Amino acid sequence: MINKTIAVAAAALLLGAAQQPVALAAEPVRIGMLTTLSTKAGYLGEDIRDGFMLAVEAEGGKLGGVPVEVSVEDDERKPGKGVSIAERYLKRDGAKILTGIVFSNVAMAVVPKVVREDAIYISPNAGPSRLAGKGCHANYFNVAWQNDNLHEVMGKYVSEAGHQRAYILAPNYPAGKDALAGFKRYFKGELAGEVYTKLGQSDYAAEIAELRAARPDAVFFFLPGGMGINFLKQYAQAGVDVPVFGPAFSFDARILKAVGDAAVGVHNGSQWNHDLVVPANVQFVHDFREKYGRMPTLYASQGYDAARLIASALKATGGVDDLDALRAALKRADFESVRGRFAFGNNQHPVQDIYVRRVVKDDEGIRNETVNRVFEAHRDAYAADCKL
Amino acid sequence: MLLFFEQLLNGLQLGITLFLMSAGLTLVFGVMNVINLAHGSFYMVGAYVAATVAAHSGSFALGVLAALPAAGLTGMLVEALVIRRLYLRDHLDQVLATFGLILFFNELVRVVWGRQPLFLDVPGWLSGQVELIPGAPYPSYRLAIIVAGALVGVALWWLIARTRLGMRIRAGASNLQMVAALGVNIRLLNTLVFGLGALLAGLAGALAGPILAVESGMGESILILTFVVIVIGGIGSVRGALIGALLVGLVDTLGRAFLPDLLRLFLPVAQADGAGASLASMAIYILMAAVLAVRPRGLFPVSHG
Repeated sequence: MINKTIAVAAAALLLGAAQQPVALAAEPVRIGMLTTLSTKAGYLGEDIRDGFMLAVEAEGGKLGGVPVEVSVEDDERKPGKGVSIAERYLKRDGAKILTGIVFSNVAMAVVPKVVREDAIYISPNAGPSRLAGKGCHANYFNVAWQNDNLHEVMGKYVSEAGHQRAYILAPNYPAGKDALAGFKRYFKGELAGEVYTKLGQSDYAAEIAELRAARPDAVFFFLPGGMGINFLKQYAQAGVDVPVFGPAFSFDARILKAVGDAAVGVHNGSQWNHDLVVPANVQFVHDFREKYGRMPTLYASQGYDAARLIASALKATGGVDDLDALRAALKRADFESVRGRFAFGNNQHPVQDIYVRRVVKDDEGIRNETVNRVFEAHRDAYAADCKL
Repeated sequence: MLLFFEQLLNGLQLGITLFLMSAGLTLVFGVMNVINLAHGSFYMVGAYVAATVAAHSGSFALGVLAALPAAGLTGMLVEALVIRRLYLRDHLDQVLATFGLILFFNELVRVVWGRQPLFLDVPGWLSGQVELIPGAPYPSYRLAIIVAGALVGVALWWLIARTRLGMRIRAGASNLQMVAALGVNIRLLNTLVFGLGALLAGLAGALAGPILAVESGMGESILILTFVVIVIGGIGSVRGALIGALLVGLVDTLGRAFLPDLLRLFLPVAQADGAGASLASMAIYILMAAVLAVRPRGLFPVSHG
């Protein structure tokens, strides 16, 4: 009798033990996305989210064969709001992977907290220099770029195109100063002017008049969002015929639609374009247009790559229980990026090719055309300061 | 010297745009004693309607013509539904309620038009430049804005100084109860004035559309400057709004253009540029502080009965 009881108990235990891993596998991996969906800049977060979800839905709710549950919340571009959402994801949901932040100031508030709590953060957009250099961390991965990269590429390109006198222009805030510093790091000529405008300025008539009087042979500007639309329209109306250069941020598919012909002919730097002939990219652009009915922007491509990077790691580890294994798998970056070659450097930021694109107008409307590859396997300038 | 004249023109043009905005706002404040933060929303509505109509009809002029009644009617609707309940309330309540309206309109625009900023181009015949000063081509569209603004200024002066409606508006600004006691329909007058203010804001928005990004929230950046203008000009005074707008436009533009150069005379280049940029963004507020120090109620104070 006693023997029988023990046998039953043992069998039950065995059964229970056998069932446990099954039960765990059925529990989806939670991924917390906090991104900017409201405010004027809301379309950036919208595209990151849509790109990310495209990859999740392509696998039927899984990433790398592991079921995932993605929660998305709006940080309203506010660091404080971002921190409280991140805390909720970590404490309430027990999420081990966070992603989604658009703006560097939000990232600077949220990322250090997340990585200290033994959770992984994967950046699909912001790449502030602190997090690439001294502040780098084993739990932080950037799958987009370091903030300076798309400006550096233009500095090199403008020099190589034979321009000697550049007039450079950015808003008076940290990212604006970083942008011009990035440009100057690779630009060999002299500066006809270096101007910092008010953040959120809408009228650039005074700057354009100054610019014309300074007689530069190239203009480089970093004016994200609506500021860039304003500048480009007004620049075209002023009839200045000095060629314009900028980072991809002012030339994504949505901004081009609002600027129209005024953007045609402008060169801009980007790590991605819709016409890159990479199998993963052809598939991505096709699927994105089919699902959402619009051209993806570079932000969408970064969201998509973030999801695919996570998929590659989950495929190797099967879950998020072993954080060391997950980190190692992420660091291998064993996925096909939509931009082709992709690897992580020592600071877990991309080592990637960066291109120059030109805005053209054809039957399909106004869009970017890749001109050439300016940086091969480019590394950011802060990697040396990172102790990883 | 050439550059100086060009920047003067730029300042004049910014001033005219600000005048269109502040004329309406100051009328509303003067007659109804209401602080309306949602004035920038009418500007946005004007720009969106102009862009939409222009995109469908291919005519910019038609777009502007459609924007006027659209913004005016939106204003009258807002007056009837919301503002009317605020006349007797505290200014703080008015600020709260109209701030809520800003959020409402920004979100409404996103729901109706989406997040994609709209495209509105300069009409073909205004897309070139004019060499007003030899050697300094000036965009013809900006000249057109100056002309349009000047015409509106004259029309507004005529309306206020020479018509019966204008007489009532002036009377309402100095003593609303007395005007009501004399048998004028105050309710209708208020709605009309509010609609007129919104219409002017809509015109400013439609005219700014080809220069600026037509996007949700575009009204806020100009709204702040507009408030500076009416405080400088004297709240309630259209003449004050005109002078204040031109002052603010000129100081802002000339400050941005020449302060860094001016500081270079005394400071090393890097420091001069940094300080110049910061000082230029403060210039209009310094102007406002200076005006208020000398004339606490603005340049052209309106006396209330």
